[in-house]
Amino acid sequence: MNLEKIQTENMFLYYGTKMALNDISITIPEKKVTAFIGPSGCGKSTFLRSLNRMNDLIDGVKIEGKIIIDDINIYGKNIDVVTLRKKIGMVFQRSNPFAKSIYENVAYGPRINGLNDRKQLNEIVENALKNAAIWDEVKDRLGDSALGLSGGQQQRLCIARTLAVNPEIVLMDEPASALDPLSTSKIEELIVQLKENYTIVIVTHNMQQAARISDQTAFFYLGELIEYDKTKKIFTNPEKKQTEDYITGRFG
Amino acid sequence: MIKSFKKNIKGILIEGLTLSSALVIIAIVVVMITVIVIGGKNQITWEFLTSFPEDGMTKGGIFPAIYGTALLVIIMSVAAVPFGTITAIYLTEYAKENSIIAKTIRFAVRTLAVIPSIIYGLFGLGFFIKFVGTTMDNTFLGGQLKWGQPNILWASLTMALLTLPVVIVSVEEALKTVPNDLRAASLALGATKWQTIWKVVIPGSISGIMTGTILAVSRGAGEVAPILFTGVAYYVATLPASFSDQFMVLGYHIYVMTTQSANVDKTLPIQFGTTLVLLALTFILNISAIVLRYRIRKKKIN
Repeated sequence: MNLEKIQTENMFLYYGTKMALNDISITIPEKKVTAFIGPSGCGKSTFLRSLNRMNDLIDGVKIEGKIIIDDINIYGKNIDVVTLRKKIGMVFQRSNPFAKSIYENVAYGPRINGLNDRKQLNEIVENALKNAAIWDEVKDRLGDSALGLSGGQQQRLCIARTLAVNPEIVLMDEPASALDPLSTSKIEELIVQLKENYTIVIVTHNMQQAARISDQTAFFYLGELIEYDKTKKIFTNPEKKQTEDYITGRFG
Repeated sequence: MIKSFKKNIKGILIEGLTLSSALVIIAIVVVMITVIVIGGKNQITWEFLTSFPEDGMTKGGIFPAIYGTALLVIIMSVAAVPFGTITAIYLTEYAKENSIIAKTIRFAVRTLAVIPSIIYGLFGLGFFIKFVGTTMDNTFLGGQLKWGQPNILWASLTMALLTLPVVIVSVEEALKTVPNDLRAASLALGATKWQTIWKVVIPGSISGIMTGTILAVSRGAGEVAPILFTGVAYYVATLPASFSDQFMVLGYHIYVMTTQSANVDKTLPIQFGTTLVLLALTFILNISAIVLRYRIRKKKIN
């Protein structure tokens, strides 16, 4: 197991002149669930979006330092962002299926990679939907619009869509924050299953969620990484007072 | 408090004045449409719509004008819709909102939209016919006159320029209705920007692109000034079969019938009939555009 799947060294991020991330150095292991927690605006989502360079889409974002994934600095020269994002999938806070059929949503990624063979596509779509624990619910209506699914189903479909590209890392930006408790627990179960094959990095507002599903937890506050350790340690015996204050609900 | 009588009267007067001016507008529309429908309705027969003018254009139908109008707007759309869509894609997907280039393009589009249509006609004459056409004749035909004179191609391209702002603005509006979440989802799956535009953004805004096209067609079908010098004819005995042919158009046919005819009274029914056909055509096009646009708005809200 690669203990240094993702590694950042003295990473700073600026929106224009405003510093949003201050000197982040972290090492994220392979095939584990790593959770980022912290109050709103602490930089955890911004940091997550730096890992697949989605921040490139925002004007005026400047990044200093290194983010190394599999020994390659992803902000180095000659990095193909498109290839990078195939390797590092992302699930968003609000489920965002395309206005296409369930099947075509999942087949989107393989198709843009040039795969058009129906048999292979069928196989990929079925596997991805199974891995995202939604196959049984949708197998009889793959041709129906994805927009007809419930919120929780849509989010699992978005996870299936991400898995269909066969990424190594899956980034999740508060994937269950808009869902009801039942759908949330389904997504949580799914995340725990997924770490067998994928490295998961999840941003969450929900501390119980982080405690339930993650192996490591990083606490962010005001753009800084305050504490990062095994989840158990963070939630039972944190080193820093700020961490303790946050997890015990004294602020945030 | 009791309102003073004077104030009360003043209020009633102002309300009455505003209401009556609003009623005048309704009256104008009603009278206009009634006159045209009553004058033209008996004229609309299958034969009128499908036959050529006869007896020195005092009898017969208006088929060449309908055919010419249709052909004009088709060629115009083939030129204006892709060009306008591509420009709109640049503006919404590529250009930074406040960059100098985007501002310059938007300024140019707005300017194009307010140029009087007769000036487009003059531009078409000078640019397409005198410059492009004559150059083509001199280069490929040894100076023989073929492209350096008015024809349906130059008229359609001139009309395309006129309708370009309509297309650009409606397509831009349609592209903006596609949520950024979907662009992000596509990019996060490793799609390139172009794949995202082609497979997510354009399919998501296709009805808006259609609306733009219909509005452009409706504008093009009604305009006469841009094609006056660039291709429309008083009368042609055959339908246009080549890009270098001249053609007839409904709007111009009305003008010809009303002002150039040997016997204006005799052609009155034809004038009414042609006007009714043109009016119905523009109405149908505009209503389809409104319906489409309404559907998009509804989709956007849901």
